[in-house]
Amino acid sequence: MSLRLTTLAAALMLAGSAYAADQIKVGLVSTLSGPGAGLGVDIRDGFNLAMKHLNGKLGGLPAEVLIADDQQSPDIAKQAADKMLKKDKVDFMTGIVFSNIMLAVGPTVFENKTFYISANAGPSQYAGEQCNPFFFNVAWQNDNLHEAVGKVVQDKGYKNVVIVTPNYPGGKDAVSGFKRYYKGKVAEEVYTKLGQLDYAAELAQIRSIKPDALFFFLPGGMGINFVKQFVSAGLSRDTQLFAPGFSADEDVIKAVGGSMLGMFNSSHWAHDMDNAENKRFVADFQKEYNRLPSLYASQGYDAAMMMDGAVRDVKGKVGDKAALQKALEAKRFKSVRGDFKFNTNHYPVQNYYLRAIGKDANGRVTNKTMGTIFTNHADAYVASCKMK
Amino acid sequence: MLQLFLEQALNGLQFGLMLFLLAAGLTLVFGIMDCINLAHGSLYMVGAYLVAAAAQAADSFWIGLGVGVAGAAVLGLLLELSLFRQLYKRDHLSQVLATFALILIANEAVRVIWGAQPVMLNPPDALAGPVEIGDFFYPAYRLVIIAFGLLVAGLLYLLVAKSRVGMWVRAGASNREMTEALGINVRALFTAVFVFGTALCALAGGLLGPLLAVQVGMGESVLILAFVVIIIGGIGSIRGALVGSLIVGSVDTLGRALLPTLLRALLPADAASTLGPALASILIYLLMAGILFFKPQGLFPARA
Repeated sequence: MSLRLTTLAAALMLAGSAYAADQIKVGLVSTLSGPGAGLGVDIRDGFNLAMKHLNGKLGGLPAEVLIADDQQSPDIAKQAADKMLKKDKVDFMTGIVFSNIMLAVGPTVFENKTFYISANAGPSQYAGEQCNPFFFNVAWQNDNLHEAVGKVVQDKGYKNVVIVTPNYPGGKDAVSGFKRYYKGKVAEEVYTKLGQLDYAAELAQIRSIKPDALFFFLPGGMGINFVKQFVSAGLSRDTQLFAPGFSADEDVIKAVGGSMLGMFNSSHWAHDMDNAENKRFVADFQKEYNRLPSLYASQGYDAAMMMDGAVRDVKGKVGDKAALQKALEAKRFKSVRGDFKFNTNHYPVQNYYLRAIGKDANGRVTNKTMGTIFTNHADAYVASCKMK
Repeated sequence: MLQLFLEQALNGLQFGLMLFLLAAGLTLVFGIMDCINLAHGSLYMVGAYLVAAAAQAADSFWIGLGVGVAGAAVLGLLLELSLFRQLYKRDHLSQVLATFALILIANEAVRVIWGAQPVMLNPPDALAGPVEIGDFFYPAYRLVIIAFGLLVAGLLYLLVAKSRVGMWVRAGASNREMTEALGINVRALFTAVFVFGTALCALAGGLLGPLLAVQVGMGESVLILAFVVIIIGGIGSIRGALVGSLIVGSVDTLGRALLPTLLRALLPADAASTLGPALASILIYLLMAGILFFKPQGLFPARA
């Protein structure tokens, strides 16, 4: 009996690689509670909107999306991912917001030979030496948006810059990314506590330095507070604000309001980009959730579309990992950011744009695309990636 | 340099006074009723959300502040009557468990009602910019907060030190049984103190809302500081809460402002940039340990 069962199981497993699956399962682990929840909620909502556009199917096959909240904790994320991989046997995973969580969950996913399509976290490790055939990032490498801001600040001729970031690895990456393209004087690097909300002491220090430009990377609630307090301290008169798109997207604008007018930021996507996919995405997102989408939402949407295109390409035979990897690398979908391609380390080679916060035709405070900063920009780590 | 020093001193004062609004309620509830209320921070959060919602509905920050604080006080009343009354006679472990559960419930409830994203609460337009006195700039709104804090501290002093109710409160803090024996309606007094404490922390939440983000979980981080304040000041003592708040406020502000610069003069730049912020954030805990070493009951123990 047990022999027959084993044979049957073996036969089924063989069949798995030869025949099309009858259902695609996706595990989405994201930060859906706590101060970082806004980001994860947008990724989830973007992903769900794509599933709606695809009539609940991926590559023509019925799809099931399992969603779990990691509470911004690497341990909880790992448990949730383990369950999805071992018990639910998902075909794809996605959703993680923060790089430290990604690095904790990654090894289990790769060991299990499951493809991870990152809709946000783009740690340098997975772009360089630890790059992995099963890891794709559909958004960017962490440094990219900071590099783009550095380039803008350099090109606009600012000479005396203060940098503000939280004192954690992501903050240090932001500084190195920014300084890779900004070559002028950095008057001060201010490191704050992660999660700090009152910046009065730092702002007084900045006032005494009198920089002509200020670059800050403060995700979520931290950025909201910083901008509000920066403006109310009267510093915006002499100092121009620059930030990566994370600190100046719809989630932050909604909370800060008019104080952000005139602020420059960088992004690979903007809601006013002129292509058919984006127009449909932005219009339907507003209809569905009654708010403008953020870049996180666009990344969640693209992650689902990327899975859809790849599954369609292999005709549903997701058991054939080599073929599926090729299909993912070939990028068989139309992104809402327009065209881009994957580099050898499975990170995007794409354009980065300058956005400024202004008022749109309806008088709503929002981002406007001003121009292109980088064309077909690759990350700095790809050279040390030996993809197997 | 003078500008920098003056600005940092005002920042410390402003931060300290807001901590005082939080710590005053906490120290009274802890000192008089011997009840550890971990959910004090949640009341601060709920207060901020109520103020934000009311301000949006009324399109006026000041009306929102009044309505929000009143709403939070009503909530505090209901909580005291339904839950806290049962907790006073129980041991500290039950109180910690029950009020911790309240934190989780409050966070989830706020998320269900207002969503996971931070809510916008802006100061009145007239106060959005800085005040200029010659070369000196300071955010107008922070000045208003300082004024509010001083006003509440003054009123509280009059109430606690000069009024009959204040006498009962002080008596209750130093010896509860004796106060009951003298025929004071301690039950009603407890309810009043709890509601008052809730209103104060909602006021802090509403006033800080435009400076900080009104978001889920905003109460927990500030609660820890409020506990540090009442431990430094002496549990149950309003005067201790005021002194403790001002000490914590200025030490935290000055530490963040001066330590990194100071260390950079002594250490290599990369070591200083790592050590400075880390040291600045543990400074108040070092201070607390130091004060407890010399004064285990805090600076102004209520039951001295």
